[in-house]
Amino acid sequence: MIVELGHYSLVLALILAILQTVVPFVGVKTGDDRQVAMAPNLAFAVFAALAFSFTVLTWAYVTSDFSLLNVVENSHSQKPMLYKITGVWGNHEGSMMLWVLILALFGALVALFGSNLPPSLRAMVISVQGLIATAFTGFILFTSNPFERLSPAPFEGNDLNPILQDVGLAIHPPLLYLGYVGFSICFSFAIAALIEGRIDAAWARWVRPWTLAAWIFLTAGIAMGSYWAYYELGWGGWWFWDPVENASFMPWLAGTALLHSALVMEKREALKVWTVLLAILAFSLSLLGTFLVRSGVLTSVHAFATDPTRGVVILGILVFFIGGALILFALRSSSLSNGGMFHPISREGGLVLNNLVLTTATATVFVGTLYPLAVEAVTGEKISVGAPYFDATFVPLMVPLLLAVPFGPLLAWKRGDIYGAAQRLYVFAGIALVAGLVTLWFATGAPVLAAFGIAIGFWLLFGSFAEVWQKSGLPKAGLSKAAARLSGMPRSVWGTAFAHAGLGVAVLGIVSVSAFQQERVLRMSPGDSTELAGYVISFDNVEAREGPNFTEDVATFVVYRDSDPIATIAPAKRLYTARGMPTTEAGIHTTGFSQVYVALGDPVEGTDQIVVRLWWKPQVTLIWLGPVLMMIGGLFSLSDRRLRIGAPTPSAKRRETLAAAE
Amino acid sequence: MDVMRRLLLALTLVFATVGGAHAVTPDEILQDPALEQRARDISAKLRCLVCQNQSIDDSDAELAHDLRVIVRERIVQGDTNEQVMDYVVSRYGEFVLLQPRFSARNLLLWATPAIGLLLGGITMIFLFRSRRNLAPARLTSDEQERLAKIMSDSDTGDR
Repeated sequence: MIVELGHYSLVLALILAILQTVVPFVGVKTGDDRQVAMAPNLAFAVFAALAFSFTVLTWAYVTSDFSLLNVVENSHSQKPMLYKITGVWGNHEGSMMLWVLILALFGALVALFGSNLPPSLRAMVISVQGLIATAFTGFILFTSNPFERLSPAPFEGNDLNPILQDVGLAIHPPLLYLGYVGFSICFSFAIAALIEGRIDAAWARWVRPWTLAAWIFLTAGIAMGSYWAYYELGWGGWWFWDPVENASFMPWLAGTALLHSALVMEKREALKVWTVLLAILAFSLSLLGTFLVRSGVLTSVHAFATDPTRGVVILGILVFFIGGALILFALRSSSLSNGGMFHPISREGGLVLNNLVLTTATATVFVGTLYPLAVEAVTGEKISVGAPYFDATFVPLMVPLLLAVPFGPLLAWKRGDIYGAAQRLYVFAGIALVAGLVTLWFATGAPVLAAFGIAIGFWLLFGSFAEVWQKSGLPKAGLSKAAARLSGMPRSVWGTAFAHAGLGVAVLGIVSVSAFQQERVLRMSPGDSTELAGYVISFDNVEAREGPNFTEDVATFVVYRDSDPIATIAPAKRLYTARGMPTTEAGIHTTGFSQVYVALGDPVEGTDQIVVRLWWKPQVTLIWLGPVLMMIGGLFSLSDRRLRIGAPTPSAKRRETLAAAE
Repeated sequence: MDVMRRLLLALTLVFATVGGAHAVTPDEILQDPALEQRARDISAKLRCLVCQNQSIDDSDAELAHDLRVIVRERIVQGDTNEQVMDYVVSRYGEFVLLQPRFSARNLLLWATPAIGLLLGGITMIFLFRSRRNLAPARLTSDEQERLAKIMSDSDTGDR
């Protein structure tokens, strides 16, 4: 009964979403204030209906209601409660439900916090959100209904894919979707602006907090997913340039470009057309990601062709929104005037360089991800585009940008002084140079490229604080005066510094692991020990254990430094009983920023030996601490006064003056 | 052919879902560390044909194991890295290369970064040029009047 209510509520959400699309739009076009005023309530209603529907689905999972096909296919009565809940979005239907739920949440948030927007703009934004919600709710109902019943109901379910039975699944997809779908707000704002034919600095100021919020979530989601893959897949890689990863990375790159171009637009009213285009692109790439992951096209063009319904429908939605938006853009963008002139060497110029590189990088990832599909579709030949291609193209593209980052914030708007900036940066360049030389000196035989990479990392890490340092007036100003200046500084300055420094921290981690990681692959019997990066690691024993829905062999390794035991590592091999599927659980010991990583291989037949893989991963955690710093930077910017206060309204006096003048 | 594809797909699913890659096993490793390092570098560039986007260096599939052994055999026999790659491609086709070759078919793939930078750069130069030529338009007499009015208003009003 309750399941039917959930199903009904989903249908209701579709109807309400159609109303959310039509009523505010008609209201704005006919100038009917009552219809315009209905927009927020409709957005709330759609969210409520979807939230109820989602809760019911979760309820079905929690109570193991095996009369639902979706629950049977992805759950098991013995599964721990956490994975019963997270299993809701660990499959196609449920993850689409989460997708629209978050979409509706953002619609409701615009309705809630948009009271300082002009009513017609708010109504238009909510209407576009409604259109997206209509498309995807319809998609769920007609091709991917999670409420489909099964009769007779089986006694037990098929369990969730064991790789997904991890805390990672609880956190990664919701964060990723908050980012992905968050860009829908920027998209809706862009469409609304194009329809209204009016766009100004205030528009950029309204859009920026939403972009920032979505970007923070997407950063968190990608970083989290990377760490999850690192410890769950068991071979110590943290980024594979897999199409699924690229699908989330492209919106991130475009979103990062959007953050920076919106800044120019807000301050200087320049780059308007470009910013609108980027807002459209960021969400288009999110949609593309959804299509790539959800249609099965990635496995093979042929897998897509065998069961085309879902894929074709998403492709249709994709073409409609992206194509429609671009057509609208082509028709209306010429009406947007471009203001604000600037010299190439200026803050704006720096941000344009950022955009040039980031969009080129996005295009490279895009072409690399889709090229095999295109080649197969056109010629029937199969080619692979994998990590070596992306390493060879993406990295050289990013290096000049990374070198330029510390200069950006030091340049003035309109016309900057590059020599002045260089003078203020030479100390930091010195630090970077020393770091590079030290790397060459200590790590004998270290490739020059690695030293260069470490130098770039330090350059970013310290150079990013050049603006803060300069503004503090240190060392001349004295501590108390400097402290006063620093606390009075706009938070966005801190935001920039932290985000850029985070980039440097991530670079340090990436370079360090790529160049200096150590690996041992060997057979070990209990009692054996081996040396790794100055540690002695001994293999004590293997013990069979029983988990809630799996059996496992847990090995115990002890890490010694100077013959003192400092840590125990317990990697395991599991067998999930319901699916008969084995998994490897890596054992990790973190020391400082570095990690010792142990994974078990197969036992050697006829002996008590087992294949063991040991890695020393120097500074590996910096790869994820960097993004954490970036997020902190994002939060600082988000809490900046000018975004909290919202768009400026002209003072009563000025308004009178303006009115009098007209 | 189609049957083959289906079989590959089925295998892909089996191997892709068997968690935990094991990759290189101790008995594959060559005695000479320099040769072994070359083998690892080559392996990272070869695709495990039955896996989804995994190199043979990362994969525990049987086929990946066979390929790793072949690569090492060729290296021990004295092949250069290029010769090993050519040999593997001659047996399995270009699909096995994770980094496609420079060829007419892959032109767009490899040219994308350059095209992106070039188009973007040209647009930027064009924009800056046209801006420089575009001196701010003079105020019309109408606008000047309005300006004068606003100025005089704010002179008296705001203070």
